[in-house]
Amino acid sequence: MTDPALIWSYLSREPLLWLTATLIAYWLGDTFFRRMNRQSWANPVLAAVVILALLLWITGTSYQTYFEGAQFVHFMLGPATVALGMPLYDNLRRLRRAALPLIAALLAGSLTAVLSVLAIAHAFGLSEVLLASLAPKSTTAPVAIGIAEGLGGEPTITAVLVLLTGVFGAIIATPLLNALRIRDWRARGFSLGVAAHGIGTARAFQVNETAGAFAGIGMGLNAVLTSIIAPLALHLFQ
Amino acid sequence: MIPALCIILSFQLIGEVATRGLGLPLPGPVLGLMLLVISCSLRPSLAGLLRPVTTTILGNLSLFFVPAGVGVIAHLGEFRENGLAIALAVMVSTALAIAAGALVFKFVAKWTGEAEE
Repeated sequence: MTDPALIWSYLSREPLLWLTATLIAYWLGDTFFRRMNRQSWANPVLAAVVILALLLWITGTSYQTYFEGAQFVHFMLGPATVALGMPLYDNLRRLRRAALPLIAALLAGSLTAVLSVLAIAHAFGLSEVLLASLAPKSTTAPVAIGIAEGLGGEPTITAVLVLLTGVFGAIIATPLLNALRIRDWRARGFSLGVAAHGIGTARAFQVNETAGAFAGIGMGLNAVLTSIIAPLALHLFQ
Repeated sequence: MIPALCIILSFQLIGEVATRGLGLPLPGPVLGLMLLVISCSLRPSLAGLLRPVTTTILGNLSLFFVPAGVGVIAHLGEFRENGLAIALAVMVSTALAIAAGALVFKFVAKWTGEAEE
């Protein structure tokens, strides 16, 4: 029999192990999410991240080694961003019909998301790297990571902040919008998609079909708008 | 599947080259997204060709940010140090953004006399 240390040294050099681990961890997280009736707090990505982080810690593996395997999954962020254009295209007609409220709400939601997070973080004296990582937090993860990279932020911090934003937005949306007496499903969905991207969109679809469609539109439009306003907004706080 | 993948990757490739070449502030894939919307509007048959692949990709969207998420282990110190400030910034800002978007939508829809859907 071969020495287990030799097998381990093979595994730790090849991408196979951590690619497989990433998929299994996500699978476990997704199963947990379904078991919990798709409650926002049981987010599959959050669960997968915790599982993998523990695994790396136990085996003493560096993030760099891990990433050599996981990069194949990470690469898919780019094509996934392009694919987000499809739901946007599918909803172009609905978009045109409510063009004015949509544009106004997009500007309001997107600017508030970027400016308020920067203002609060700046008031607490957080570092410039953290500011740049926080700025795109309401944008869908693939785009947010791209924006953070461009701004000199830390993409891995952004990834976690995006997740937290989505989970928090999904949890707070219904009570908040009820308190504000917003009854229009388009307004409820759209604002959630703009502020809390895909996780918010998934939540909107659970509540109402129209809200879900408009959340998807909000997420897509905000991805484009935030990539333009985040660099300008960050400039104000530097 | 292969033709659809070729087209999607080409949109991303054009996006990356164009944003870098022209020094545009937006990420290359976002320009790729816009190219996809424009191309499908000009040629609706393209949407039918791409849809099976985009549906598969978007159905597993969350998987793709797991590797970046795991990167948080390299920054635990930063989160421990500034955890409260970061959490407050994220939560307050998200609540404000939802409220601002929804209220503005409601008032502009009312002002333009737009019917609810």
